[in-house]
Amino acid sequence: MRITQGCFSFLPDLTDEEISAQVEYCLSKGWSVGVEFTDEPHPRNTFWEMWGHPMFDLKDPKGVMIELDACRKAHPDDYIRLNAFDSTRGFESVVMSFIVHRPQVEPTIRMVRTEVDGRSIRYTHEVVR
Amino acid sequence: MDDVASEPKPTAIDLRAEFETSGVREVLEELDAELIGLEPVKQRIRETAALLLVDRARKALGLAHDTPTLHMSFTGNPGTGKTTVAQKMAGLLHRLGYVRRGHLVSVTRDDLVGQYIGHTAPKTKEVMKRAMGGVLFIDEAYYLYRPDNERDYGQEAIEILLQVMENNRDDLVVIMAGYADRMDRFFSANPGFRSRIAHHIDFPDYSDGELGEISEKMLESQGYVFDAAARRAMDEYVALRRQQPHFANARSIRNALDRARLRQANRLFEGRAPVDAAALSTITEADLRASRVFSGGLDPDGNRARDQ
Repeated sequence: MRITQGCFSFLPDLTDEEISAQVEYCLSKGWSVGVEFTDEPHPRNTFWEMWGHPMFDLKDPKGVMIELDACRKAHPDDYIRLNAFDSTRGFESVVMSFIVHRPQVEPTIRMVRTEVDGRSIRYTHEVVR
Repeated sequence: MDDVASEPKPTAIDLRAEFETSGVREVLEELDAELIGLEPVKQRIRETAALLLVDRARKALGLAHDTPTLHMSFTGNPGTGKTTVAQKMAGLLHRLGYVRRGHLVSVTRDDLVGQYIGHTAPKTKEVMKRAMGGVLFIDEAYYLYRPDNERDYGQEAIEILLQVMENNRDDLVVIMAGYADRMDRFFSANPGFRSRIAHHIDFPDYSDGELGEISEKMLESQGYVFDAAARRAMDEYVALRRQQPHFANARSIRNALDRARLRQANRLFEGRAPVDAAALSTITEADLRASRVFSGGLDPDGNRARDQ
């Protein structure tokens, strides 16, 4: 199942030029870009693993693309996203986030109903590969 | 440029017009106006600019072209303007469209080489990423390699540097700078480097007259002027200072001027009379003549703390 989180996730996958252009936009706003990856696409999994450090002081998107390529090479079957962090006082948070790489075959997420406490039903989601 | 296939290619290109519109002329004129002397360097930069313009025209006409290797090495004695020229070079390459941003990232050994195993590669890569789209200026590049210390991580930084220089030729131009003799030794120890650097530019020492002009220009930029006698004293100072150890061309002149301003301030202060704008911005002969250089010069033992 195609997971949709962050910006552009309902669009077709971005090409490298498009990713580069988005990164350029982020850098022009003074945000620093970081690369993150995960093998767990569950919507509640907000803590992805970081690839290297967030990149401060970059002037050109090429630096981010190098890291992204390295991450793709190391984790071809994971999800990879770019986060843009705005360090302006008062914001100090991620202001843009988009997926840049998906596994060839995306895992599906299945809903599980469990009856608990008499007739109550609990819903949980699990990832099925 | 090349993604629009339907657009007809021009059949002729006016190099003169290109020269005017690309902004290269402004950079070269700036270079002529702001930098005194350095004729061979300016000549070399003009040639490089011409080559890049021609290359760009070839590309526009659809002729075979290859991104030229633009990595450079600046060699010369201290204070000969290597950093300043590197900055101008970044602007020039940017206007010709060879680097996308045209910023200059200036680093030394400390920024590239780590302290322990596994520290160097991330550090070097970090610097490379910052320099992408611009010019990476490595000052005193020969310090990267220390043959006497086998536990030194400089070699690792050099390997990464070489790889990036080769693979990212479109993204980054590397300029290395340092004293001529030490750079020669550095290049002989790293044969890969010399061949990857296409432009070796040698910065000559300034002549006495040029240093005099430079001193005037420096003062002008700080909002001061020499009076006539002080200007003559400056020429004498330059000739005397040159014969002394630790002479660093324009940098020595800048230091001398800083000290002259100190003495001027002190003189005005001691004078106890009201001062006008002219007095506040004039360096007189006395301010310069007080320098130790005129009275027999430095301590021959080369005590640098006391030297000027």
